[in-house]
Formats: sequence, structure tokens, C-alpha cells
Amino acid sequence: MSLRIVVCVKYVPDATGDRHFADDLTLDRDDVDGLLSELDEYAVEQALQIAGDHTGDDAEVTVLTVGPEDAKDALRKALSMGADKAVHVEDDDLHGTDALGTSLVLAKAIEKTGYDLVICGMASTDGTMGVLPAMLSERLGVPQVTLLSEVSVDGGTVKGRRDGDAATVRLEASLPAVVSVTDQSGEARYPSFKGIMAAKKKPVESLDLGDLDIEAGDVGLEGAWTAVDSATERPARTAGTIVNDEGKGGDELAEFLVSQKFI
Amino acid sequence: MAEVLVYVDHVDGAVRKPTLELLTLARRLGDPVAVSLGAGAADTAAKLAEHGAVKVLTADAPEFADYLVVPKVDALQAAYESVSPAAVLVPSSAEGKEIAARLAVRIGSGLITDAIDLQAGDQGPVATQSVFAAAYTTNSRVTKGTPVITVKPNAAPVEPAAAAGTVEALAVTFGEAATGTKVVDRTPRESTGRPELTEAAIVVSGGRGVNGAENFAIIEALADSLGAAVGASRAAVDAGWYPHSNQVGQTGKSVSPQLYIASGISGAIQHRAGMQTSKTIVAINKDAEAPIFDLVDYGVVGDLFQVVPQLTEAIKARKG
Ligand SMILES: Cc1cc2nc3c(=O)[nH]c(=O)nc-3n(C[C@H](O)[C@H](O)[C@H](O)COP(=O)(O)OP(=O)(O)OC[C@H]3O[C@@H](n4cnc5c(N)ncnc54)[C@H](O)[C@@H]3O)c2cc1C
Ligand SMILES: Nc1ncnc2c1ncn2[C@@H]1O[C@H](COP(=O)(O)O)[C@@H](O)[C@H]1O
Repeated sequence: MSLRIVVCVKYVPDATGDRHFADDLTLDRDDVDGLLSELDEYAVEQALQIAGDHTGDDAEVTVLTVGPEDAKDALRKALSMGADKAVHVEDDDLHGTDALGTSLVLAKAIEKTGYDLVICGMASTDGTMGVLPAMLSERLGVPQVTLLSEVSVDGGTVKGRRDGDAATVRLEASLPAVVSVTDQSGEARYPSFKGIMAAKKKPVESLDLGDLDIEAGDVGLEGAWTAVDSATERPARTAGTIVNDEGKGGDELAEFLVSQKFI
Repeated sequence: MAEVLVYVDHVDGAVRKPTLELLTLARRLGDPVAVSLGAGAADTAAKLAEHGAVKVLTADAPEFADYLVVPKVDALQAAYESVSPAAVLVPSSAEGKEIAARLAVRIGSGLITDAIDLQAGDQGPVATQSVFAAAYTTNSRVTKGTPVITVKPNAAPVEPAAAAGTVEALAVTFGEAATGTKVVDRTPRESTGRPELTEAAIVVSGGRGVNGAENFAIIEALADSLGAAVGASRAAVDAGWYPHSNQVGQTGKSVSPQLYIASGISGAIQHRAGMQTSKTIVAINKDAEAPIFDLVDYGVVGDLFQVVPQLTEAIKARKG
């Protein structure tokens, strides 16, 4: 039996860089380096492990991104980790698309690619919404098995462990399904030199909105379901008091807490 | 006045604090109608009425516990259809965000997550969010459909406001997708007796500097002297010194307490993302160059093994 895995990966601005808004209140992508979202590396890793465990040889891992031209870098990284092929949805009309729109585009691209299992990261490191996997499950009409710290595929069943707020639960669903994995699911591998070389020859398919039968008006800034009216830089915190501990640091700190009425 | 749906987070009938905060916000927008699901749902009504719910829609069925997320979405959608609300508010927990996401897709509405404030506006509710690890504050609106908004804990005060709180049974028909993901086993989290991390007024966190699971006892002792919750950096969690459920940061919990005390934590961007909106920040670190000191109201450059126990003793002495 073949197993077609589609991994959704996002190209994000480096969180350790200086992230800003552009004049139209979308993310300014010019001033800061982009990369494959670190949280999506965990998704690629689990896809590769599941494909590796698959007893038939015909498991295939496709990485999929919706993003600007530079998002190819994220696909290359995932291919060099070991994914088989990539799909890049790229269209000028996508600029400013919000979560509802992105989920629409991803769902259409996943259907067009063909899938038994979709694997996402737990959240993107820029938007940090953590909603896309649930939206994809809703749009594709297949089970969501999300926020897993452990995942495995056994025949036609996906199993996993979800560490929730109130309880840890073990989950099971039949394929096809949408999974998301957390950063507790296991360290992602580094691309090997061989992997980096091999990635250069792997196919990257480019799709635009026309290929996916999506109207430009349903996505992008104009088609968005939400609008950002203002973005203000948080004022830098006023410099605090910093003291060296000369033996009474704890007592002095207690005085500060008293002055602030915490004690 | 327009009605506003509020999704109730409760544990066996005990309403969690973020839901009461949601009721405060909902009253700014209209008349709150609460939706309470699962075991103990009916027991939530009195508390919800005390905090402004004009109506409480309840439903209980085994599906809510036996299958992941989707049965709750079916119920919330049924409530949405029976009420035609001006907005739907959901607590920003991991599950809350997933419920809100699916509902937004189903009803063709825009979604805003992790609001830290909410006001009525001419064109519908205006949600304030803190983005890019709290470097920016944004105001956003939903422009299509009925606004679906998830709200973070500590976004508003809990305010008593007596209302009718009429209890009505909500009729729910589960769709085919409801039973797609089966919960085959459940291990409830053991209570530590300390406040819930995301709800606590004071959070005391330890990082790699704590240097060992057994040393977390001094962090816990400080927390207990203040009645605080205990947090940990990812470095401390990855080292196995403290449970992941206590991790503060981008991939852990996001906290916004009145007071945050960081000991032996450097202040990496991913950690700051989860605590930067705390009102007062205090750090103890032996490295004067640690980035956490850029955030603090009060910082002590020193060895946490000296400073923290001394602080704990001083607090205990004051409290008598
Ligand atoms: C995708 C991603 C997600 C992440 N998510 C999170 C997250 O949710 N939460 C999180 O915390 N991190 C997260 N991280 C990790 C983050 O980048 C840092 O690695 C982590 O926060 C460091 O933890 P730390 O400050 O405890 O350790 P360190 O950076 O090693 O700092 C330890 C500090 O302790 C001080 N110290 C040592 N001994 C003493 C002593 N005796 N007394 C006083 N001070 C002492 C040192 O001076 C140092 O400043 C994430 C990283 C990535 C890539
Ligand atoms: N533009 C995108 N392209 C591909 N995958 C995405 C995109 N945006 C989000 N995802 C996937 O959805 C997950 C959750 O994203 P989010 O809901 O935006 O926090 C990410 O970890 C990715 O796996």
C-alpha cells in the first residue's frame, strides 16, 4: 500500500531578527531573513520517520508551502532533510492572505497533490495562531489528530499522544487524516551534505491560484476575513533597577516587592 | 441588545477563570449567552449568571469526552444557529483555538486569535493583540461574517454582574466528522495544589541556571511563599527537570501575570514571547549581560542559590 504524506511548511521571518510591519500593515519581509519555520522542521522529521517505518517502499513525502518566491528556501531545506518532492503555491494575489484564506489555498493544493496523511507544525513562528491544522481538517473533511508529542501510523490508522491542559490523551483516527506535531515530538535531523546535493535535483512544482481554481478576490489583503487597523511598536520597557548581590540581594528584592504591594 | 456567544471552559462544572473574564468582555459587546458542554455543564449556570450570562445553553453527551474537538464544534454551531449572535468568544486554550478555527470555516467568518483586549467599535468588535513576541500591539477587526474571537487569560478583570442565566437545553445533532478522532485513553493531570499557570497573579520560573530537578524545590518554595504558580524555561523542561505543562514561552504557556520572577533564565526571544506582557518583571541571573535584564523592573545580578532562598525567608518573615 502506498502512503502519500503532504507536509505543510511555512517560510517565516527569523524570530531573532527585527520583525516589522510594512505600510499596508502586512509583515515586512524585506528587512529580515526568512527561513523554514523551526516548528515545521518537527513536522518534516515525523513525516520522514513515518515514511521510513512504512513497510512497503512506496511512501512518498511531499512538502507544500504557500508563500512568496523566497519561500523556495524553506522547500529546499525540507528537501535536503529528505523529503521527495515539493509544491510551491505562489501568486502575487496571495499577498496579505489571512488564516481562512491560507487554509483554503492549502486545502485545494493538498487535494490536487493527493494525500493519505497531512502533517503540520503546531503553529507558525510568526503568526503563532495554531489554527491551520484544524481548518484543514474541516475543509478536507478528514479527522484532525493534532498537537501530538508522539505519532505513529499503523496500517490505515494514525495514533498519537496529545498533552492537553487538563489531561494527556491517546488518540486514534483512520487515514486520511490531518496531523500536527509539537516540538516535543523529537528533534529534527540536520540535512547531510548528500541530502543538500540531492535536494537540488528534486522536483519543485509551482502552482498559482488559477491552477487551484481559486478566485483572486477570495484571498489576499482585499479578500481577507480580517483587517488590521493599526500596529504600534510596544514602548520599550522603562529601564528597571538592577543591583548586584552583595549578600543582601534577596532581602532588597523583598523590599522592592513590598514597595510594589506584592507582599 | 445583540447577543454574544461565550464558550465556557469548565472542569466538571467548575467554571475556569478565563471564561469569567470573557463574560466581562462580552458585556461590552452585548448580552452574553453562555454555551456549556459536557459532564457538569448544568452546574456551571449559577456562576455564569452571577457574571452576566442572560442565558446558559447546555448539552451533555458521551461524544464530548470520547472524541476530539469536533463534537464541541457541532454544539457551538448549533448554538450559533439558534442565537444568531453578534460575535462568538472562545477562551484561547489550545483546544479553544481549534474549536474557534473550525467554527469560523463552517460559518464563513473571520477569526482572530489570542486577543488581549476587546472593545465595541462602529464596525464590530475591535480586538487588541500582542504580536512578534510582544514587540507590537495591533488592533484588528473581523470583516466577513460573525466575528469569532479567542481571548487570552488575564485579558480583563472578573466582574460580578447578576443576570437571569436562564438554563436551556441545547439540541445537538452530531455530524459524521464528530466521531473521526477517538480518545482511546485519558490520564488527567495531577493537581499540584498551586494556581493554574496561565491564570496565576504571580508566576515564579526557573531555567537552566537552576541546574537540576532537585533544585527546583527552591523555586517551588519561593512560589509557595507568594501563592504563585511555577514556570520553567524550555531548557529546564528539555533537561527533564520540570514538566512540559509548566513551560513558559512560544511553545509552552503564554502568561501575563501581575508579577513574573525569572531565576536562571537568560531571556531568549522564544521565552520572552510567553511572558513579556507581564505587568512587573523581576529577574535573578548571575550574568549581568543576560538579555532578560532588558525587560526587568527589578533585577538582581547574583547567584540564584543565594538570592532565592534569602528572598523566600524574607517573604515568610514579613507574612509572619
Ligand atoms: C522554535 C523554538 C521554540 C522555543 N520555545 C521556547 C519556549 O516556549 N520557552 C522557552 O523558555 N524557550 C523556548 N525556546 C528555547 C529558547 O531559545 C532558549 O534556548 C531557552 O529559553 C533557554 O532557556 P534558559 O534561559 O533557561 O537557558 P540559558 O539560555 O542557558 O540561560 C541560563 C541562564 O541562567 C543563568 N545562570 C546560570 N547559573 C546561575 C545561577 N547559579 N544563578 C543565577 N543565574 C544563573 C545564566 O547566566 C544564563 O543567563 C524555543 C526555541 C525554539 C527554536
Ligand atoms: N503559508 C503556509 N504554507 C504552508 N503551511 C502553512 C502555512 N501557514 C501555516 N502552515 C502550516 O500550518 C501550521 C500552523 O500554522 P498557524 O495556524 O498559522 O500557526 C504550520 O506549522 C504549518 O505546518
